[in-house]
Amino acid sequence: MTRYEIEELAQLIALLPPAPAGWVEAAQELPRARAGLDALIARAEEDAELRARVLADLEAAFEDADIQPTPSLLDEARRRLRS
Amino acid sequence: MSDANLVARCREGDDEAWRELVDRFARYVHAICVGAFRLPAHDAEDVFQDVFAKTWAELPRLRDDAAIRPWLGQLTRRTCIDRLRAARPHVDGETVEVADPVDALAEIELALDVRQCLAGIGDTCGEILDRFFARDESYRTIGDALELPAGTIASRISRCLEKLKAAMEDPPTPERPVDG
Repeated sequence: MTRYEIEELAQLIALLPPAPAGWVEAAQELPRARAGLDALIARAEEDAELRARVLADLEAAFEDADIQPTPSLLDEARRRLRS
Repeated sequence: MSDANLVARCREGDDEAWRELVDRFARYVHAICVGAFRLPAHDAEDVFQDVFAKTWAELPRLRDDAAIRPWLGQLTRRTCIDRLRAARPHVDGETVEVADPVDALAEIELALDVRQCLAGIGDTCGEILDRFFARDESYRTIGDALELPAGTIASRISRCLEKLKAAMEDPPTPERPVDG
């Protein structure tokens, strides 16, 4: 049986502080953000003008579509819109 | 809910399960990025989001739902190393070596065991210990939040640590579940 010291346990609890709330919320919103991204890309693929607007200012387009931008979502949007 | 059940529900498109999965492992992924690899905050945030994005994308292909924890740990470790390599200048196209903080990672694994144990010791013990040691809250703040007299918090912390020690040294088996 492994023995633990009280002080060691206290230090181990302190090793896992909460992640910043904004990071956690963004990760939790990921499925909804992905669905929003898919819908935005689908619309942009049908409409050349929209596609150009989205590519010109991706963050604004995300905001309009109520998608919380993360680096990976922005990268994916650029990649899919340019392919 | 077990990790395996949670992963299965996420795969079925259950948004609440996904929120729970992120909540369950957010501290773990954060600690690997910030505590073990010492990434600056902006890099750590990118890695954190990248890890959960890859996890979401890979859920349909996970071989063993119950092994989500080591899978996530490994993914986070690899993503941190890639990030550090990308940030360092390459010499003659050679791959930059990044040291794996083995001891720090082992401590984080043990810390997650402790955290999982905290959830099972009942009597608001997990909450009190987490607020005091992990969130650095004062007795007064803890007392206000949990509607307990601030003067009793120190003795509760002491009792809860003893309870946690007992639970860690004699963990429950599936046939003998924890109380509360």
